[in-house]
Amino acid sequence: MMSGSQREESRRVSAGTLRVRDLTIVLPGPRGMADVVDGVSFDMVEGRTTGLIGESGSGKSLTAMALVGLIPDTGVVRGQVLLGDEDLLKAGRARMRQVRGAEISVVFQDPSTALNPTMTIGDQVGEILRERGLSRSQARERAADLLDHVGIPDAAARVGAYPHEFSGGMRQRAMIALALAGQPRFILADEPTTALDVTVQARILDLLGRLRDEDHLSMLLVSHDLRVMSHVADDLVVMYAGRVCERGGAKAVLNRPLHPYTDALVRSVPSVHVESAIADPLPGSPANPFDRPAGCPFHPRCPLAEDRCRTEVPALREIVPGRFSACHFAELAERTSDSGAEELR
Amino acid sequence: MLPQLVRRVGLMIFTVWGAVSLTFVILRLAPGDQATVQLGPDATAADVSALREELGLNRPMLVQYLDYLGSAITGDFGESYRFRESAMTVVLDRFPATVLLTVTASALALTIGLLLGVLAGRSPGRLVDRVISGITLVMQAIPSFWSGIMLILLMALTLRLLPSAGSGDLRHLVLPAITLAIPFTAIVARITRSSVAEVTTEPYILTARSKGLSERAVLTRHAVRNSVIPVVTIVSLHIGTLMGGAVIVEQVFAWEGVGSLLVGAVGNRDYAIVQAATVLLAIVVVTMNLLADVLNSRLDPRIRAGATTS
Repeated sequence: MMSGSQREESRRVSAGTLRVRDLTIVLPGPRGMADVVDGVSFDMVEGRTTGLIGESGSGKSLTAMALVGLIPDTGVVRGQVLLGDEDLLKAGRARMRQVRGAEISVVFQDPSTALNPTMTIGDQVGEILRERGLSRSQARERAADLLDHVGIPDAAARVGAYPHEFSGGMRQRAMIALALAGQPRFILADEPTTALDVTVQARILDLLGRLRDEDHLSMLLVSHDLRVMSHVADDLVVMYAGRVCERGGAKAVLNRPLHPYTDALVRSVPSVHVESAIADPLPGSPANPFDRPAGCPFHPRCPLAEDRCRTEVPALREIVPGRFSACHFAELAERTSDSGAEELR
Repeated sequence: MLPQLVRRVGLMIFTVWGAVSLTFVILRLAPGDQATVQLGPDATAADVSALREELGLNRPMLVQYLDYLGSAITGDFGESYRFRESAMTVVLDRFPATVLLTVTASALALTIGLLLGVLAGRSPGRLVDRVISGITLVMQAIPSFWSGIMLILLMALTLRLLPSAGSGDLRHLVLPAITLAIPFTAIVARITRSSVAEVTTEPYILTARSKGLSERAVLTRHAVRNSVIPVVTIVSLHIGTLMGGAVIVEQVFAWEGVGSLLVGAVGNRDYAIVQAATVLLAIVVVTMNLLADVLNSRLDPRIRAGATTS
């Protein structure tokens, strides 16, 4: 709908934007410390859903966890996470506790393990409000409102229920209510539908979209699922082996990928409408972030790879306004690309 | 719920019966009996067999066993030949002292064990964990008769702070309670440690952190309660160990409870006392196991649900 330049204009930095700059996460691996996330930059713009996509091991979930300071103590995080003018990576422990839940909160992947089995749903949703000094009954009442808000029927009666008494979809709704309880401006949804039945997935995605619009939230959707992304994401950040390989408006990226990895991802998604179900599976296996190939990390699997790709790390460059790609041959792709992405729309 | 309760009580009765029967057989397999002990080493064979005849000890073992079971069901556990009194009365007289000792030891062990376990389990692999794990390993390995004697040597004989033996006032309670608590503390600490270490890797702990809770709140509200559930289960299985430990500790400290009575009765072949004490201890163990299950169903809503639906 929007052209790249219009989008770039609407992306003016406001207090409602979370800016991630040059985020690098170093973790201890089998052979010493390794930068499993390397120089990742993107914005979470107010009222928009930013999709963070990549295969397992691409560092997408780690990136999300770094935004709320929940990287294991053994890791080192560098770069900037800017909330307004404040760099959250420099914030102290006490400040980060304030940020979590109140500014940025998380919806985790599997609601059957991410909810405490021995605490009632109401107590878990209302816990952050109790921390803020609400009485038990006030917190319970507010929790019921929140459960109602996320579409749990008969919410007032179900605040006293335990997670095992809910279905998978209902649990994920409760998880979302829990994330909303502190009235945050940013929601990080880490594979929020992966653990759910297909029929429930769409409803949860719709709910997240509705909440984003009603409550003026910015959302980061972490997923490996291109179909989910094509439905929900406004902006897209494609990660491979801990680095961003492509970034831009979601529709533009999916329709005309400017990076061979994105292109391969799009082609690998089987289309429901077309006979040939499995289109074009991605060759090879994902790069190990602890043992990233030299040069462009994607070169061992890339059809366009040349000598240069094996030695020189491609920089993330703006190819067309608002579209960034980390491929030496992105301009070539820009001129020729006309992939099968239309299927996804 | 009701059929489950009936089944449960049936199982408890079966367990007590098993303990009684085993004791009955083992006692009679041991050399010597009441007649040889009562008459002493100088008695003639004729005297011994006359007394056996009188006591009914020369009847076939199965007959004696059925006779014993028959009266046990009516609450008659026989008469102690040494105390010249109903065996169960003698045992029950000594019971409060054993309860005092084991309850004190359990309270000590649970408090210190849970504390050590949580401290170690919340930072597995760190120095605190390794120190605590080392200490508890040693505590679990030391036999009670040895640690009891060492405590007597140190506290009673060298420092002269506490009495070495007997069961008068509360000062007499300190050393036996500590001795009995040592291995039990280690068991509680080690189970708690692994349980806490496991629970703190659960996704809901990350959820709790993502709410901005303090580490303390995460630990107490989310981690500890979930960690305690397996601890209760396994600790309840060790209540028998605790009772067995009480027998030894009472003997070392001349604590006048069921344990020391039991040891004396075995030496004297006072069958009635041994059996009555066994019945009582077995009942205590199965009752405590039942209580642990009830406690667990209070702690874990999933168990509660399972109990009502099945």
